[in-house]
Amino acid sequence: MDPQDHQQPELRQVLVLQPPFVFNIHEHLFADRFHVLKAYDSPLPTRDFLQANAQSVKVVLCSGIRDLPALKLVVTDATGVNHIDMAECVRRGIKVTNVGDVYSDDVADAAVGLLIDVMRRITSGERFVRDGCWTTSREYPLGAKLGGKRVGIVGLGNIGSRVATRLEAMGCIVSYTSRRKKQSTPFTFYPNILQLAFDSDALVLCCALTNNTRHMIDNKVMKALGKKGIIVNVARGALVDEVELVKCLLEGELGGVGLDVFENEPNAPRELFELDNVVFLPHAAAFTNESFYDVAQVMIANLEVFFGNKPLLTLVNNKF
Amino acid sequence: MEAMGVLMTYPMSSYLEQQLQNRFTLFRLWNLPNKTHFFNHNAHNIQAVVGSTHIGADPELIDSLPALEIVSSFSVGLDKVDLAYCKEKGIRVTNTPDVLTDDVADTAIGLILATLRRICEDDRFVRSGLWKKDEFKLSVKFSGKKVGILGLGRIGTAIAKRAESFNCSISYHSRSEKPESKYKYYPSVIKLASNCDILVVACALTEQTRHIINREVIDALGPKGVLVNIGRGAHVDERELVSALVEGRLAGAGLDVFEHEPQVPEELFGLDNVVVLPHVASSTVETEMAMADLVVGNLEAHFLKKPLLTPVV
Repeated sequence: MDPQDHQQPELRQVLVLQPPFVFNIHEHLFADRFHVLKAYDSPLPTRDFLQANAQSVKVVLCSGIRDLPALKLVVTDATGVNHIDMAECVRRGIKVTNVGDVYSDDVADAAVGLLIDVMRRITSGERFVRDGCWTTSREYPLGAKLGGKRVGIVGLGNIGSRVATRLEAMGCIVSYTSRRKKQSTPFTFYPNILQLAFDSDALVLCCALTNNTRHMIDNKVMKALGKKGIIVNVARGALVDEVELVKCLLEGELGGVGLDVFENEPNAPRELFELDNVVFLPHAAAFTNESFYDVAQVMIANLEVFFGNKPLLTLVNNKF
Repeated sequence: MEAMGVLMTYPMSSYLEQQLQNRFTLFRLWNLPNKTHFFNHNAHNIQAVVGSTHIGADPELIDSLPALEIVSSFSVGLDKVDLAYCKEKGIRVTNTPDVLTDDVADTAIGLILATLRRICEDDRFVRSGLWKKDEFKLSVKFSGKKVGILGLGRIGTAIAKRAESFNCSISYHSRSEKPESKYKYYPSVIKLASNCDILVVACALTEQTRHIINREVIDALGPKGVLVNIGRGAHVDERELVSALVEGRLAGAGLDVFEHEPQVPEELFGLDNVVVLPHVASSTVETEMAMADLVVGNLEAHFLKKPLLTPVV
């Protein structure tokens, strides 16, 4: 896109209170096209900065809708909008765009990678070799075959459905639970998580964190999953009662876990650091070079259509 | 059948060992205080050899067992069995195809994801306690990438099917093109390597495929390319692979096999873009049992003069 084809950047003000992660690499893509007001670069306290500079700002990146009387649009770099006061947006007629499903492939890939890793002991096998154990002892514990295993996907949205397709290709028997049964999928629907856990060898968490789903993976669910049961979480740490999870793992009540998210990031439970049946990721499931580029593109595309008075691309339905 | 003597070359599986022990007179080729004495005393009583990827049946072993009738390998790969010599001597050979196909293909996908998405590296990072707020790690996306498969046999096909579910485009090189295949064929390894992001070695090890992944192929794969090997260590010129990785001429590698197992080149331990496994592509409880049952089934069929289950020679 040639910046000269558009209105002068100066007229296209975009406010940023805190830089989105994608700015680390793709800030220039925004700066080339828009007049980016960086509140975080100013020595002024945010309120003063906004008072002085942002009274006519119509669009803000990521979040922060206070003190912006002319605000019309929030362009986030996320899929979820928990961090935005959606009720207030509705009241003030402010639209919100997210990034659609640009992260979905990567999160699904990471979920599958974690499940394979835990079942087939990839990271722990790597440790075995790197620690020099292979030369002294050729015995390495056997893993578990994926084919034929029953995997319960919690939340069959953009991410969950992609996880399902990939696991099905590996011969897993896929079922799911969701707020509502999905009409056009071949997978077996379970109306509640406990029943799904009883009938599963592994659970993969792909749902949003809401008041209803907080700590949905509790002691009962873990016991239902059983001593060989595996949990993969690429969604939100708070879906899982982490204290109970640690207890179950330390007591051998669960087969293993692959975790990208935790209740108190960046603090992962240290008690699990000595265990071989746990694989950790630092909330990295969504973050690839490719997704970062795609996120920047989606954000810029939404900004372009906004300034061009055209329909927004990834509008979040304001059902709040 | 207890009268039948079976020589196991290596402690490859305790389940298999137990099954053999239950049915035959089992001899073990390890922990022998005196090998010569062992052969002098027992060789004429041994009708079968059960070999593995580590120790198979070479001419020396075959010659030292005058009563040998059958070699039943606890593997699908037969690079450690002298097939021509067995054929010449009228010795039957069986392997364990199909039962391990899924596990090996799953391992290939697991290695691709672990390497591209830096799973092992990130796990180390979290365990080190170095993870700080607002810090993020970027890795490389797998979905949609171009996967090149060297060898489109049972395992290669299973890998292709899995990679397709990640919306990867699949191409392959094989001894001969497979007209019934929907995947793109390249007439040479170099062309395959030049046209893919991830190259997976899934062919048999023969004289022709030894060091098939050489400097030229590695250069063709390029500085953004990733090599995954679930075949045999000898498929790859390991020295060239190591220098390519150390010098950044290859983006990464996921390796289950090495030229001199259990030795792994030291230099790889200093790299975060390499994932190394101790030859475990078929090492699951389920598959070990299925492979062992197939080994035993072949031996029983042979001794009962019935058709072999999975004969190669």
